[in-house]
Amino acid sequence: MKTTPESRRGAGYRAFLAHRLSGLALAVFLPAHFLTLGLALEGAEALDRFLAFAELPLVKAAEWSLVVLLATHLGLGARLLVLELGPWRGLRIAWVGWAVGIAAVTGLAFLAVA
Amino acid sequence: MYILAIFPTGITDRVSASPTLEVRIWRGTDTGAFAAYEVPAAESQTVLDVVTWVQRHREPALAYRFACRVGVCGSCAMTVNGRARWTCRSHVKDVARDGRLVIEPLRHLPRIKDLVCDLTPFFDKWRRAGGWFEGEATRREPMPALAPGAEARQTVDAGIECINCAVCYSACDVVGWRPDYLGPAALNRAWTLVNDARHVRTREVLDATATSDGCTVCHTHGNCTEHCPVGISPTAAIAGLKRKVFRRWLRGGHA
Repeated sequence: MKTTPESRRGAGYRAFLAHRLSGLALAVFLPAHFLTLGLALEGAEALDRFLAFAELPLVKAAEWSLVVLLATHLGLGARLLVLELGPWRGLRIAWVGWAVGIAAVTGLAFLAVA
Repeated sequence: MYILAIFPTGITDRVSASPTLEVRIWRGTDTGAFAAYEVPAAESQTVLDVVTWVQRHREPALAYRFACRVGVCGSCAMTVNGRARWTCRSHVKDVARDGRLVIEPLRHLPRIKDLVCDLTPFFDKWRRAGGWFEGEATRREPMPALAPGAEARQTVDAGIECINCAVCYSACDVVGWRPDYLGPAALNRAWTLVNDARHVRTREVLDATATSDGCTVCHTHGNCTEHCPVGISPTAAIAGLKRKVFRRWLRGGHA
């Protein structure tokens, strides 16, 4: 038996988890998204049918989570790019909070317009 | 004897009504179990003092490693309450939770006995990362002049004080997931060599760190930087290597 490493409680690890999981979820979502856009090529009727389906509450909730996931992935990914390609200014842990905050605001904005 | 100087006469062998610590120490190798000990608490006491007390008064067969006791040699690193740290520089009052200590060997290294790990894989990775210096000047030539303020020299300075205690290696999640990953200490060493103007194998070091087990595997959790007892940022070193490798790839060289 070994105990759980304390490093798993760090913001850096949690940022990695959020970034990885949101990325995987987006990888599942994006093909479906492009497929939907492709429906427009098949005529208005097919697209309208799907859009009506997208108005269902459960689908709307899924859309909302995907928007939040995208914002989370973008924010945390920007932090990684700056950490790895920019001049070194520490681990920029505060940026994790900013990324989560921006994702939350994006989620609220989506709710306001949806 | 050192330990007797810490604990006043009378409490070294007997656990009385005075405050005590609940200490659980790993016994065995990769298979084993925690053994519980009651250890007298003292006002000023390090985790290494606690382990030493257990070995001298309760468990003579307990194996652990230490040498300098003052944070210079790096040999007493262990996992204390889930966190890799130097036990000689960790005061019990700072790390104990409700008077409890759980002491294990470092993670990601083969366990030899109790709290002692085999550091061979750790040092093998230093070599795999090309971590030895090679100059071209002989002792008959004048010492090369390196401006203290030069950017490359300052980059070397930021990482050169590593004493190989393996705390960063133990704290790295990626080493746990991918045992072949070179790890923060070896990559930090490689980065100091890449920036050393006197070093002649810069290209080879970069090649060695650009492998599928090298710098690109790092997920930038930053555990190494947060755990390093010397205050080095291996994350910065690894990011530097990633930048060099990336630029080389952009210029058409192999990654």
